[in-house]
Amino acid sequence: MATQQSRLAARLMVAPSVILLFIWMIVPLVATVWFSFRNYNLLNPNLTGWAGFNNYYYFLTDPNFLTAIWHTLAVVVGVLIVTVVGGILLALMLDRPMWGQGIVRIMVIAPFFVMPTVSGLIWKNLLMNPVNGMFAHMAKGLGLQPYDFLNQAPLTSIIVIVAWAWLPFSTLIFLTSLQSLDGEQQEAAEMDGAGSLSRFIHLTIPHLTRAITVVILIQTIFLLSVFAEIAVTTNGGPGTASTTLTYLVYVQALLNYDVGGGTAGGMVAVILANIVAFFVMRMIGKNLDA
Amino acid sequence: MGKIVLKNVSKSFIAATIIPNIDLTIEDGEFVVFVGPSGCGKSTLLRLIAGLEDTSGGTINIDGRDVTGEAPAKRRLAMVFQSYALYPHMTVAQNIAFPLKMAGESKDVIDRKVKAAAATLNLANYLERRPGQLSGGQRQRVAIGRAIVRQPSAFLFDEPLSNLDAALRGTMRLEICELHQQLKTTMIYVTHDQVEAMTMADKIVVLNAGNIEQVGSPMELYNKPRNLFVAAFIGSPKMNFIGGAAAAGYGAQTIGVRPEHLNISKTEGQWRATVGVAEHLGSDTFIHVQSDVGALTARADGEFDAQHGDTIYLTPERSKMHRFDANQGII
Amino acid sequence: MARQIKGSAKAGNTLIAWVIGFVIFFPILWTILMSFHGEGDAIKSPLPMLASPWTFDSYGEVQARSNYSLHFFNSVVISLGSTVLALIIAIPAAWAMAFVPGRRTKDLLMWMLSTKMMPAVGVLIPMYLGFKALGLLDTLTGLVMLMTLANLPLVVWMLYTYFKEIPGEILEACRMDGASLRSEITHILVPLAVPGIASTLLLNVILAWNEAFWTLQLTSSKAAPLTQFIASYSSPEGLFYAKLSAASTMAIAPILILGWFSQKQLVRGLTFGAVK
Repeated sequence: MATQQSRLAARLMVAPSVILLFIWMIVPLVATVWFSFRNYNLLNPNLTGWAGFNNYYYFLTDPNFLTAIWHTLAVVVGVLIVTVVGGILLALMLDRPMWGQGIVRIMVIAPFFVMPTVSGLIWKNLLMNPVNGMFAHMAKGLGLQPYDFLNQAPLTSIIVIVAWAWLPFSTLIFLTSLQSLDGEQQEAAEMDGAGSLSRFIHLTIPHLTRAITVVILIQTIFLLSVFAEIAVTTNGGPGTASTTLTYLVYVQALLNYDVGGGTAGGMVAVILANIVAFFVMRMIGKNLDA
Repeated sequence: MGKIVLKNVSKSFIAATIIPNIDLTIEDGEFVVFVGPSGCGKSTLLRLIAGLEDTSGGTINIDGRDVTGEAPAKRRLAMVFQSYALYPHMTVAQNIAFPLKMAGESKDVIDRKVKAAAATLNLANYLERRPGQLSGGQRQRVAIGRAIVRQPSAFLFDEPLSNLDAALRGTMRLEICELHQQLKTTMIYVTHDQVEAMTMADKIVVLNAGNIEQVGSPMELYNKPRNLFVAAFIGSPKMNFIGGAAAAGYGAQTIGVRPEHLNISKTEGQWRATVGVAEHLGSDTFIHVQSDVGALTARADGEFDAQHGDTIYLTPERSKMHRFDANQGII
Repeated sequence: MARQIKGSAKAGNTLIAWVIGFVIFFPILWTILMSFHGEGDAIKSPLPMLASPWTFDSYGEVQARSNYSLHFFNSVVISLGSTVLALIIAIPAAWAMAFVPGRRTKDLLMWMLSTKMMPAVGVLIPMYLGFKALGLLDTLTGLVMLMTLANLPLVVWMLYTYFKEIPGEILEACRMDGASLRSEITHILVPLAVPGIASTLLLNVILAWNEAFWTLQLTSSKAAPLTQFIASYSSPEGLFYAKLSAASTMAIAPILILGWFSQKQLVRGLTFGAVK
């Protein structure tokens, strides 16, 4: 139905979405850029005017910045490793015949649907708390000293919490991918004499490569902006031991009221995210053509 | 009632010209088959007639009325799609009733017509089922039922049998032919299968790269192909083509001989050949040989005994030989 | 591959699967169990806790002390409201892109998706200041508007993929059958699209319910949905595990149930079609 009339109708129907998203994207972003070049501190209203690249300079040379980048990287890589490896293993497990598969699936999928603040508090209080938490009780039962997870290994604890929440996502994706494995191809390989391990390495893993790429790219986008779990458990601490880039910007902006510095930091985050997004968009684009 | 005339019809997309220029007349009540290899434009031509695509040039007349640019609904045609395109969320009865509903017919009339169509097509027991619960052949009948009930000027079929298995295809071919004899409505049928074309058509239109190669009855095309393309396309197994010195001997660039027009002898003949593979069909035997003039296929009686490696002699029937010039046209 | 699976192999798989599933589910399970106990019992070590009396008291206390229903209501309004609004804007757009694609359609779709990848923190300050200036801080209106925009790309994307699955030939057939554009939409398109629209609604309600960045930054009390409410949950008297468990269980229960039904949509929506 590609007539002149329908083309006009189509443009009108798409227009609201485009206009709204454009405003949503551009206006705040322009404001961010603007603020990042100005002196603007809510605690110090006398400080105004053009700041040039000062905000960026101070933000990037702040020792906390590099630490935050490092922490962000640790969180992303840590969670990715756990979710990719764990996800593949879980998917393989779920792909086998068993009794009560439906219930196992519910149990494995559930963590993704728990809101981040709840999961943060559950882990902090009910599990990791060195006095009343489950792990503490278990340790005491074994005659060991309870370990103060969130104070002694804050970043690792965050990684555990976030990985727990995202494991279902990767598992579901790998499971979907596994279920599209070509059964005939497997049978052909078996007739050719390939054993289970051989088939796994030469057929299954290459097939999963695509799903692995998807998981890594999409999760990275979301993991870069992890916030609630940190806010609710460690508040970035002790000190800045579990401060990521996102949290650092938040601290600068809303806790230190440093609008100039906070927006500069925000721009850095945007640039980083854009780099990852570039690769994600390439992957999606290839898929849209397919 | 169903006379369709195409004048100077052309169709181009941004990337390519699919149909450069076509003139074609389809008489009322004819069963016309558009046949040709993949990409020859036969489906495009059908869709142009249906109104699902706009022409880039030329006019289309139905019963003397110029319908170029008119919406499909106004052309009073009915189409059976390759994938049947049934409405999955409606029952068989609702599917067949849909065009009548769109035309605003009363409930009684709709009921009556639906029942009549269902009876014609043996669908009376399936009226309350959904397409998802039907077999391929049943779905196709529903698609045909939906088309019949509109009492169109012409039926358009877009490769309707491609999705069926071989046995079912044979049965449905007969049913469609019987339907044509019963309704006497114009039918335009698109297929890439030349067997369907030969067995069903009153008139065949052979298309190649958007151009009409030849129009004629099945036997006309079989016995009097106008060029090499038609000669090669029609007939199974394919006509034998011989070039070079042997063809020059007959005053042509290429000569063509059908397998059944090669006389086979075990003792003497024009061309000597060694048997490669012999296909025994029971009623016939097709012998594929390597001869003095190249690879050939000959048809023998079902009882004919030929083994791999045997020597046989082939003589073409001069009166049934086709000669082609350097432009691949018939001499 | 329909070969006989050994009973012992199946039993082995089942055992391993249940153990692993249990371990993963444990935090949630424990929370639910803890919520049915009193505060003093909740902090005991596992076995004594389970042995102590079960009660609904903690649930009652949560509501009594903190107007839980208000925050639940806020979550419902924000997630449902923003998704419905997004659907209203997105359905025409997805329809146009799926059925009357232009040369730029694919680029447009990709651009829309890319807006979802912008880190929220990058625009945190302007949004906060803007909301403050407009008086939208801690209001349901402000948050619904923002969540509508945040979810719009995903809603358009998902609807687009569902609409594309409707075979074009069915629409052509109904045109041949004499249907006007209006009939085409009401009799054929909408019935076939309803499952897709429902799936999109489901997934996006879930994502909006769990959204924990903007809801934490831009609300404090009046418009605070459950995410914010739970984040600030602690009892003035100190002991609060059982109440926290009760509040958490109530907060996550609806989504756990809905989430179970939305697995396929999750894969389709959040992988942007890259995995089938």
